Amino acid sequence: MTGREDIPIAADEDVVRVRQVVRSFAQRAKLSLVDQTKLVTAASELARNTLTYGGGGAAVVELLGEGRRQGVRASFQDTGPGIPDTALALTDGWTSGRGMGLGLSGARRLVDEFELDTEVGRGTTVTVVKWSR
Amino acid sequence: MSAVERIPILKIGDVLLASIQVDLQDRDVLALQEDLAEKITATGAHGVILDISAVDIVDSFIGRMFATIASTSRLFDAHTVVVGMRPAVAITLVELGLTLGEVRTALDLEKGLAILAELGERAPR
Repeated sequence: MTGREDIPIAADEDVVRVRQVVRSFAQRAKLSLVDQTKLVTAASELARNTLTYGGGGAAVVELLGEGRRQGVRASFQDTGPGIPDTALALTDGWTSGRGMGLGLSGARRLVDEFELDTEVGRGTTVTVVKWSR
Repeated sequence: MSAVERIPILKIGDVLLASIQVDLQDRDVLALQEDLAEKITATGAHGVILDISAVDIVDSFIGRMFATIASTSRLFDAHTVVVGMRPAVAITLVELGLTLGEVRTALDLEKGLAILAELGERAPR
């Protein structure tokens, strides 16, 4: 087992694959069951965003070690249209698609670190980290 | 592309039971929604139970589909109860900010059936 896995996101079943990989990394990082569930749920939201809004892309899942604590970083990259108004996109209830508008804002609440990097016409990368306690 | 996973729907009296045992893809949930609507109209069932005791995450898409199933069922005079939600899933749903609309929840199948029986008695047909 390595500390990094790359998963292409091109179809529905890849979202499930991302969930499974993130779950196994979260277990390796010894996250509690609740924290595992939060991270996997956030990853599911973000992977679906990559597919639905980004037109597909990839996820990179990594195991982190910092002193005695361990964590998981998951990064979701697409080369889609980008997000013109990030403040709006991070607002609860705002949606441009088929979700409930909780994808980005909800995912942010479920993790310890959240970074949104987007440029109109070039794509979006969302990176999240969850640490063991 | 893998095939759509059809979730079996069982009929017990006038209740339909769908027990979700697979890692749900979005299109599986959409298929379940359609299958349930068809089965309710075909059987005249008055209750739907979604057993999610084997489901380890519910994200906003899956949660919204549960709410849609409940709303659709109401149009056919059936109530929906989601049973067996795991504690970690419940905690995550609250933090995610998801509300399940008209969906009722119960701890387990037995309590879910009791809720449906009670709803049936209150509104005699």
